Amino acid sequence: MHAFNYIGRYFILLRYVFVKPEKRSIYWKMIIREIDVLGLDSLGITLIISIFVGAVITIQTASNIDNPLYPNYLVGFASRESIILEFSPTIVSLILAGKVGSRIASEIGTMRITEQIDALEMMGVNSAGYLILPKIIASVFINPFLVIISMFVSIWGGWIASVTTGLVSSSNYIYGLQYGFKPFTITYALIKTVVFAFIITTVSSCEGYYTRGSSLDVGRASTRAVVYSSIVILLFNLILTQLLLI
Amino acid sequence: MIEVRNISKSFGEKKVIKDFSVNFERGKTNLVIGQSGSGKTVLLKSIVGINSIDSGQIIYDGRVYSEMDVKEKKEIRKEIGMLFQGGALFDYMTVQENVKFPLDMFSEMSEEEKIERVNFCLNRVNLTNSNKLYPSELSGGMKKRAAIARAISVNPKYLFCDEPNSGLDPKSSILIDNLIRELTVEFQTITIINTHDMNSVVEIGDKVTFILKGVKWWEGDRNDILFSDNPELNEFVYATELMKKLKSTKAKRTN
Ligand SMILES: Nc1ncnc2c1ncn2[C@@H]1O[C@H](COP(=O)(O)OP(=O)(O)O)[C@@H](O)[C@H]1O
Ligand SMILES: [Mg+2]
Repeated sequence: MHAFNYIGRYFILLRYVFVKPEKRSIYWKMIIREIDVLGLDSLGITLIISIFVGAVITIQTASNIDNPLYPNYLVGFASRESIILEFSPTIVSLILAGKVGSRIASEIGTMRITEQIDALEMMGVNSAGYLILPKIIASVFINPFLVIISMFVSIWGGWIASVTTGLVSSSNYIYGLQYGFKPFTITYALIKTVVFAFIITTVSSCEGYYTRGSSLDVGRASTRAVVYSSIVILLFNLILTQLLLI
Repeated sequence: MIEVRNISKSFGEKKVIKDFSVNFERGKTNLVIGQSGSGKTVLLKSIVGINSIDSGQIIYDGRVYSEMDVKEKKEIRKEIGMLFQGGALFDYMTVQENVKFPLDMFSEMSEEEKIERVNFCLNRVNLTNSNKLYPSELSGGMKKRAAIARAISVNPKYLFCDEPNSGLDPKSSILIDNLIRELTVEFQTITIINTHDMNSVVEIGDKVTFILKGVKWWEGDRNDILFSDNPELNEFVYATELMKKLKSTKAKRTN
């Protein structure tokens, strides 16, 4: 019953989010602000994680296919596939669920308990649309860029690792990167990213929007936002992979 | 006139407002007083429509608000200015942006006209030179002023204030009270103020409604209230030493 209530109110909220904005120019301003706070603010962490994980993926792959029967350019090939198919779209999205999701839930939750949302409603503003729609649009727009950047940086991290450890030569690694490349893998990754961005912003906004009580409840809401959006991301990761790759 | 007719409101099993009826008149400061938890905020939010009511009617100058659809309600809401207990200023906007926001959203004014209106409102509440500050940089009294400026920026016909002087020192409280009273007379709004502050009652209580556990217990004005023989009301009114002293000096004088 609890789960049904929860899902019900999520869709009710979405219905209010997607109504025609009162004034486009104000929504534009909000979208620009959200691109800044949700997207550009996450660039640093995306870069750091990507370079390290890219390096680790490459070293692990190299140690796993340490077999004279396999050519060692396969290390570049396998790392590329892991990074494009799974690491960059899914793991980076999960990291963003932690960073962006908690931020959204606590921002909207605080606005709820300090009556700022009531104030919007009293002015005749559709608070759900005004607060949430710009976040969805900003994330759906900016997250694909973050993920593409993450792909390049991870692969670069892998290259650094293979060259500095001497596991694979630079030219073999680069040959492997180009070997059997299917552009659809990028499409698949970006579709996942966009769906995950939608999940992160809507699930977290929902948690924030329905917060009641005190600052403690805002904290709880932001924890739940991260947990729930991560779980839903993992579920949709499975579903989308089934649908798109098989 | 705002007419509240037999409204009730529960949260789950808990009845918070019970068959409440009251009228509020234009150009007057109508006070709703009662202890913390007696239902003042819920009453106010029910009248403005943030809380839906379970039964009863709310009528704004002949227009039955409680039976309107969302779109019609929105139009009435644009005539309402509301001051929330904590101010409810938007944290990520400066004072100027806060006061300008309702104009940005709903008026067809040019940018210059809006700024002019903002400055007029900020001047009116004596909050000058703070346009570029954020709410976190304001004192409690300044926050209330900014919030009042935002509430009056759209020239409201109705002004609702939830505990406008809670958390303020006595002097600032009186300033805020008087400001609200002046605005009420100047702009001829129907003003409803929630408070538990007897100072406000004595200062600006044109009409006073006492609410006890969600029930309308007493109504009158600031003169009647000191001489009422309603025991629950007296318990509330004479809770402080100061008011008790006032009562005894008044009694001595009349003897
Ligand atoms: N959203 C809500 N859900 C459940 N109970 C509520 C809600 N809002 C208020 N109440 C209850 O209603 C009662 C009256 O609250 P309130 O109107 O805030 O009191 P006051 O403003 O007079 O201090 C309190 O007991 C409070 O717990
Ligand atoms: Mg209250």
